[in-house]
Amino acid sequence: MITGAEIMVKCLESEQVELVFGYPGAAICPFYDSLSQSSIRHVLVRQEQNAAHAASGYARACGKPGVCVATSGPGATNLITGIATAYMDSIPLIAITGQVNQWLLGRDVFQEADITGACESFTKHSYLVKTAADLPRVFKEAFHIASTGRPGPVLIDIPTDVQTAQVEAFAYPRKAEIAGYRPRIQGHAVQVRRAAEAVRRARCPLIVCGGGVVSAAAREELISFAKENQIPVVSTMMGLGVMPMDSPLYFGMIGMHGHENANRAMHAADCILLCGARVGDRAVGDPKKITQTSTIIHIDVDPAEIGKNMTVNIPIVGDIRAVLESLAKQMPDAPDTGAWVQRLTHEKAESAVCGTPEPHTGFVEPRSFFRSLSAKMEENAILISDVGQNQIWAASSFNVKRGRFLTSGGLGTMGYSLPAAVGAKLGKPNRQVVCICGDGAFQMSMCELATLCESGAEVKIVLMQNSRLGMVWELQNKQFEGRCPATELTGDPDYIALAGAYGIPSALADSNESAERLAGQMLKSKGPFLLVCRVDPCAPTL
Amino acid sequence: MKHTLSVLVENQPGVLSRVANLFARRGFNIDSLAVGTTQNPKISRMTIVVDGDDHIVEQVEKQLNKLIPVIKVKVLEPEKFVCCELMLVKVACKSRQHAEVLNVARLMGADVMDVAPASLTLRFAGNEDQSHTLLELLTPYGLREVVRAGSIAIEKGSGLLKNNKE
Ligand SMILES: Cc1ncc(C[n+]2csc(CCOP(=O)(O)OP(=O)(O)O)c2C)c(N)n1
Ligand SMILES: [Mg+2]
Repeated sequence: MITGAEIMVKCLESEQVELVFGYPGAAICPFYDSLSQSSIRHVLVRQEQNAAHAASGYARACGKPGVCVATSGPGATNLITGIATAYMDSIPLIAITGQVNQWLLGRDVFQEADITGACESFTKHSYLVKTAADLPRVFKEAFHIASTGRPGPVLIDIPTDVQTAQVEAFAYPRKAEIAGYRPRIQGHAVQVRRAAEAVRRARCPLIVCGGGVVSAAAREELISFAKENQIPVVSTMMGLGVMPMDSPLYFGMIGMHGHENANRAMHAADCILLCGARVGDRAVGDPKKITQTSTIIHIDVDPAEIGKNMTVNIPIVGDIRAVLESLAKQMPDAPDTGAWVQRLTHEKAESAVCGTPEPHTGFVEPRSFFRSLSAKMEENAILISDVGQNQIWAASSFNVKRGRFLTSGGLGTMGYSLPAAVGAKLGKPNRQVVCICGDGAFQMSMCELATLCESGAEVKIVLMQNSRLGMVWELQNKQFEGRCPATELTGDPDYIALAGAYGIPSALADSNESAERLAGQMLKSKGPFLLVCRVDPCAPTL
Repeated sequence: MKHTLSVLVENQPGVLSRVANLFARRGFNIDSLAVGTTQNPKISRMTIVVDGDDHIVEQVEKQLNKLIPVIKVKVLEPEKFVCCELMLVKVACKSRQHAEVLNVARLMGADVMDVAPASLTLRFAGNEDQSHTLLELLTPYGLREVVRAGSIAIEKGSGLLKNNKE
């Protein structure tokens, strides 16, 4: 005989899970007991939301589902923001929650929360498991659903009595059989041919690289397609880092906070190849304007994304990697894009000149600092930015070559960076992991400094201290006649002393010179590090 | 513009709430929704009538398809399907008016389910227009209660809603 809890652990083992992030409580105790008997490592976070963020960082760094665990009621509801964050960025996540005993369900007993109901809109799918015998099938399906097609979070809610129930034996299914779930891999041959023809005919073709390219692990295919056919590439925030930023075919980030030359390229192109980009409002302000002058080819594994926000001429549903491969085969000769590339190169050079602000005394100028920081970092480093001005500066100034740029793009969840960095570092211990965070967001997740110390994750934190919720302040200042309520951070701690309290080495920079020097020290040091950069509270992003 | 969709779903708890939630969250307007099991007890069939333009209906179809327990979605082509809705009506009428009301029922093809001194209860199955006509004819007597089930639809001819897996 074997218990439900033991089955849960065996399921995780069958999925080659090595690491889970979580926080215990009564309703999930049987599982924790079994977990402690296994070789799977558990990392104790300090708040459940951060277990989901850490699992997300792990998933993105490793390219496989991250697992987070919480107890019923408040533990489960604390997970919600993390689950929703993963959903919006299509991150494969398995969230396991304990639930009250089945016979008490629906009676509002202690720590009961309808978590599958609450998460309905933020999960790719969810399960409330009613018998322990279902656990292997549910886990198999959950991992399959989370990691295939358009990835996303799957929630498994397991009542305590299901965890303690006895079952004859454990057998893990070899395949998930789900009647209504068959993600498409290959693009429709006719559409691929039409797309190839449109690209070949185009004089000013442009590739828009979105987060879907990262999800599909189609980096190599995208780079080689762009190179072979000499097609310029722009990126959304979620697609940053796919195209090496020093490539002569890369022309920056589009969107409200993107590079002006990249946005201009969008309007000047006559054929746009959207790759795994969902045309969100922050990336493309006025889709109608663009569709008027350009043939739109949209490749996405999720058919619902195609035509949702932008009218599309040639839709291709399929895995981006497979589609780009078949598209490449249909391109015997490259289009003649010499003049177009030259024009974009010229415009990029021009906008670089006028885009460098003056540093002020007593402060670190973020954009130029990030440029020099990225030059100091290892080529394949993982950079994780939080949300706010710091994110915009990082996204627009960081030079990602073979590394990664991770951020909460879809939901814009403050506090994401630190726990996600812990997850990424534990998943990829040999890669340099740097976290860029605002002082507001840092205070949302600074309890995770303890997780950092406990887990030994060697995360380097760059804290951009402008003593305000800079991004909101900037918006208020522009749109509300200079009235900026609730954005001053006056009760802040001494961050250097705080780091000291955790035993984390730290340093304070108040000029670009000192920041660069200290960043060098930080990157060379062993263990975690906190670099606090004083930033002009009035430094703009727009 | 109204569109009728036939949807095959796995017959498991929570499916209806997932579908209903999807409509609420994405701001789609449901006119009616009817659900029941099919010849295969593991599969239920929903008939959903949606109000919206072609773009909305395309999104409804695609978003429904994203739900894991949804097996098949088909937007039925206008004129290529038959549909009917079920209605129960309690009409206020004195015994001396019974004959008149019964006559209306007979003309419209409604069945009498219950006869009481001050009311008659009718059952009617037909399309929306016919239901509407019947209600208009009965209004002068006094409609005490009207209960309507959503429209159910099936394709004309040999057209079938196939479950790809079978
Ligand atoms: C959880 C959450 N709450 C509120 C917001 C709204 N918001 C967006 S940016 C921002 C300010 C962030 O301040 P800080 O972390 O100091 O970064 P800065 O903009 O100053 O670089 C706020 C409050 C959000 N994105 N997430
Ligand atoms: Mg700030």
